[in-house]
Amino acid sequence: MSVHLLSLLIWLPILGSLPVLAAGEQRPGIARILALLVTLAALACSVPLYTGFDGGTADMQFVERMPWIEAFSIFYHLGVDGFSMPLILLTNFFGVIVVIAGWRSITKRVHQYMASFLILQGLMVGVFAALDGMLFYIFFEAMLIPMFLVIGVWGGERRVYATIKFFLYTFLGSVFMLVGLIWLYLQSGSFAILDWHVLPLSLTAQTWLFLAFFTAFAVKVPMWPVHTWLPDAHVEAPTGGSVILAAIMLKIGGYGFLRFSLPITPDGSSHLDWLIIAFSLIAVVYIGFVALAQSDMKKLIAYSSIAHMGFATLGFFVIFAIMRAAGSDADQQIAQGAALGISGGMIQMISHGFISGALFLCVGVLYDRVHSREISAYGGVANKMPWFAAFVVLFFMANSGLPGTSGFVGEFMVILSAFHANFWYAALAGLTLILGAAYSLYLVKRVIFGDVANQEVAELQDINIREGMILSVLAIAVLLFGIWPAPLIELMQPTVEQLLNHVMQTKVP
Amino acid sequence: MDIKTILLLIPLLPLAGSIIAGLLRNQVGRAGAHWVTILGVAASCGLSFYVFKLIALDGMAAINTSIYTWALTDGIRFEIGFLIDSLTVVMMVVVTFVSLMVHIYTIGYMRDDPGYQRFFSYIALFTFSMLMLVMSNNFLQLFFGWEAVGLVSYLLIGFWFKKESAIFANLKAFLVNRVGDFGFLLGIAAIVATFGTLDYAETFARAPEAVGQTISIFPGTEWALLTFICICLFIGAMGKSAQAPLHVWLPDSMEGPTPISALIHAATMVTAGIFMVARMSPLFELSEVALSFVLVIGAITALFMGLIGLVQNDIKRVVAYSTLSQLGYMTVALGASAYSAAIFHLMTHAFFKALLFLGAGSVIIAMHHRQDMREMGGLRKYMPITFITAWLGSLALMGVPLFSGFYSKDLIIEAVHLAQRPGAGFAYWCVLIGVVVTALYSLRLLFLTFHGKERMEESVRSHLHESPLVVTVPLILLAVPSVLIGYFTVEPMLFGGFFQDAIQVNPNNDVLAEIGHHFHGPMAMALHAFVTPVFWLVVLGSAAAVLIWYWKPQLAVWFSQTLSPVQRVLDKKYWFDEAYQFLFARGSLGLGKSLWRFGDAGLIDGALVNGSAGIIGRLAGFFRHLQSGYLFHYAFVMIIGLIVIIAAFVIFHQGI
Repeated sequence: MSVHLLSLLIWLPILGSLPVLAAGEQRPGIARILALLVTLAALACSVPLYTGFDGGTADMQFVERMPWIEAFSIFYHLGVDGFSMPLILLTNFFGVIVVIAGWRSITKRVHQYMASFLILQGLMVGVFAALDGMLFYIFFEAMLIPMFLVIGVWGGERRVYATIKFFLYTFLGSVFMLVGLIWLYLQSGSFAILDWHVLPLSLTAQTWLFLAFFTAFAVKVPMWPVHTWLPDAHVEAPTGGSVILAAIMLKIGGYGFLRFSLPITPDGSSHLDWLIIAFSLIAVVYIGFVALAQSDMKKLIAYSSIAHMGFATLGFFVIFAIMRAAGSDADQQIAQGAALGISGGMIQMISHGFISGALFLCVGVLYDRVHSREISAYGGVANKMPWFAAFVVLFFMANSGLPGTSGFVGEFMVILSAFHANFWYAALAGLTLILGAAYSLYLVKRVIFGDVANQEVAELQDINIREGMILSVLAIAVLLFGIWPAPLIELMQPTVEQLLNHVMQTKVP
Repeated sequence: MDIKTILLLIPLLPLAGSIIAGLLRNQVGRAGAHWVTILGVAASCGLSFYVFKLIALDGMAAINTSIYTWALTDGIRFEIGFLIDSLTVVMMVVVTFVSLMVHIYTIGYMRDDPGYQRFFSYIALFTFSMLMLVMSNNFLQLFFGWEAVGLVSYLLIGFWFKKESAIFANLKAFLVNRVGDFGFLLGIAAIVATFGTLDYAETFARAPEAVGQTISIFPGTEWALLTFICICLFIGAMGKSAQAPLHVWLPDSMEGPTPISALIHAATMVTAGIFMVARMSPLFELSEVALSFVLVIGAITALFMGLIGLVQNDIKRVVAYSTLSQLGYMTVALGASAYSAAIFHLMTHAFFKALLFLGAGSVIIAMHHRQDMREMGGLRKYMPITFITAWLGSLALMGVPLFSGFYSKDLIIEAVHLAQRPGAGFAYWCVLIGVVVTALYSLRLLFLTFHGKERMEESVRSHLHESPLVVTVPLILLAVPSVLIGYFTVEPMLFGGFFQDAIQVNPNNDVLAEIGHHFHGPMAMALHAFVTPVFWLVVLGSAAAVLIWYWKPQLAVWFSQTLSPVQRVLDKKYWFDEAYQFLFARGSLGLGKSLWRFGDAGLIDGALVNGSAGIIGRLAGFFRHLQSGYLFHYAFVMIIGLIVIIAAFVIFHQGI
């Protein structure tokens, strides 16, 4: 079984959606239970992925490879390394969370809702596990469809605008990537991503390829200035959709940079890294201010997501600036700074998955009760929901990077790394310490604290056991990775080092 | 038990208490919550004294031990661990002792509060965080503790979260602290980039290598790297220890319950910055510029914040501004390279300021949570224990000979006097005038509160009585060290090489050693005081205070009328709050709104996204006309197309 573990993780949820669909509209209870069982099974199957993973090597593990479309040498080729394995675990973890989160709040077409998420989960695992460029592209595109449906069918009032914007934005980006993938195939005669990692390419070719990948992944992350689909999508999406979008789908953009841009086009990346660094820092500062001005809770968290993902992209691409700053004789200094940046960016992505997922769930808890996302509709929630308030304060503190929570680890490492390159990178990124706290705690002040603001707040009931369990699990994760991130960092260390080797050597023939 | 277990238990026992009181608040109930936290902190305090004995009295070598590896990346090991030396043990004893007193006191002060368990959970959590901060052997854990105490401070200032002023104050406190932490983090980043480690011992050992290295912040300017690092770290200290211009959060923090003001915002947390700089003495000693900066900031805070204390009417705010001013004194000592004196003042101040705050709290309980001194007066006959202990604390604060504050403050002033670096002259005058100011506001508080006419409403007056034992016992227990600790510890701590292992001073800067040559015991020092200007300044201030607020209260009115412009400046606290509110709070909100409207909604979405969608829509609208379905339309287009192709062929292939 272990040989086909990745296939199992991809196809179990996708095929598991069939019985859920078969439960039909008339039996939502059965659909819920079946969906929960499928996601739990997927989570259980992820355990051997973790325990069987060898943290001492950068080689691909759990590899599966068989011919698929031989005419174009496209293979059904799967495998994981230190970057993709944690992200697959995160995906399967959140698979369970969204099913439970939608347990009561979704009442319309429950079976289709649950089935969409199951299919989505399988496809996202596929994106992370794919080692064949075409396979990756297919999962990458297919993933849009269930998400499109989730927002379009179960979304809010402006869901049509949001879905079309979401779809066009991401589709436009990935078209360029498709061209890039085909070009790479024509150059190398292979669709294997790992072959591309060692393919010599001229600087011009690398620059064009870099831009093609950049378009696809920058939209996905999303990076400023192609981020405006995200707040709309989040606002209109149902809670579960927002959670998956923030916790997993955004990570695919960051993962793409690590899997494609950096190793395939190191010289192109080095050439255009200023673009990514500038966009990342703009995301941290500009978006931080924009988040401060939001009056809709979901929009605020969406903007906060963009700012936080800016740390991931900054961490990934700051290496070239470090190399330039350190000079050629300071290998130790470069390795130290660059490793901090890439590990920090990865940690930031995983941590942001937990925190943003938790924050959207918290908004969902309020929305289920009051049916408003407006900050001004609340005030003094802590009076009526003390346990809920404790969770919200914890998660927003984590969002503002409080040490001891996972939110600190990635930001801290990336800021340390950025300082190796340039004081100003670190200083601008460090502004998040102030801005992140400002928009997070300003929201907490207005929603959670204060006297009971209105009749609806006065009638609020504290979280029930189901909600409490989900939030507790997330709280434990956030604290655990904050207090002891070492296991996670060690897991990806060989992969980070291998990536550094790729990146620090020119591929121009 | 081996020493490592003991060291682990010291912070973990309060943490356990906090978790039990917080998460199981309904199960353990009110009494359970205070018992579990008090036992935890008491045990922690006892163990701290034991460790103090080992290190300070038995002469055990400093302990530097690692607990676990937090993270490990290429070349850098992030550890969680303890460094226990003379400096740490002093802090541990002060923190756990004051915390224990405050825990006991809270039983009385918060008796009727519905958030009783939550409060105990928070203060125990604070004790844990503060201990982690002072016991750390590396910058990472220091930053952990640093932010964690900030978190608890945030939670406690906003403890009464229904009060709009409280939740404004806690947000402000957190954000202002974050401004400091921003600098602090950059300092830490510079240390990692320079030394490749976060371990204190390694950093300090390698610090001399960095002398002469520079960093370029603005193109064309080169700063000494160590100066940059030290100033960044000190910016962190300015936030936490409320030094001007990052002091604005501390007076507002008085919105929190009084035990917190005593524990966090007077005795312990706000002194974290002082402790940190003392801990970093091997770095600061390498940068004259940074020390001058520290000196000047401290001097400004010491004098100008004290002055504001003169016009406050809220009893807690007077003590708060006094705290700011005293923190300034400590900072001045740091800037004069008299680190031991700063820690010494930190310790004495912790006792007498906690005492004053708890005394003020006792008054506030008696006054049914009224805090305005204009409605008090004559309380001495109703609450004799509070009255006497408040006097003792104030005499210590004023620096009356033989009291603890006398030794610590006199030595700071003497040290600044001897210091040679730029700014020392200015600082000397500031701290001297500060002595008069201290006497004035301290006695004003005592006279307005405990003496003179009883100005409160009858309904309040008829219920006045001394506070219960859980309140007065901590007052008495704090009064003892407030009076005595200076006399008994000044010689061993400052002139006995006590901090030798922890604090490094460049021999050229060592002003305390110079003072040590003329030191002949605490009694001699007290007697010698009568011929120093400092003592006569205390006398001058006291005499003026007695005249203005005791004998001739109409003088106070006369002063405030004739000096009304000055009064206004002080009342407005130099307009710091207004300026910050306008520049930063409103400014950033406005900036955010305009970036959003013009950048996101206007430019990106309006012009680019929806704009391009619009263009495509119009293009589609145009091309739609081409697909009309009429055969003659298609035929027409075909003919036109054919003509165009032929024409193009003719034009471009003429040469064939």
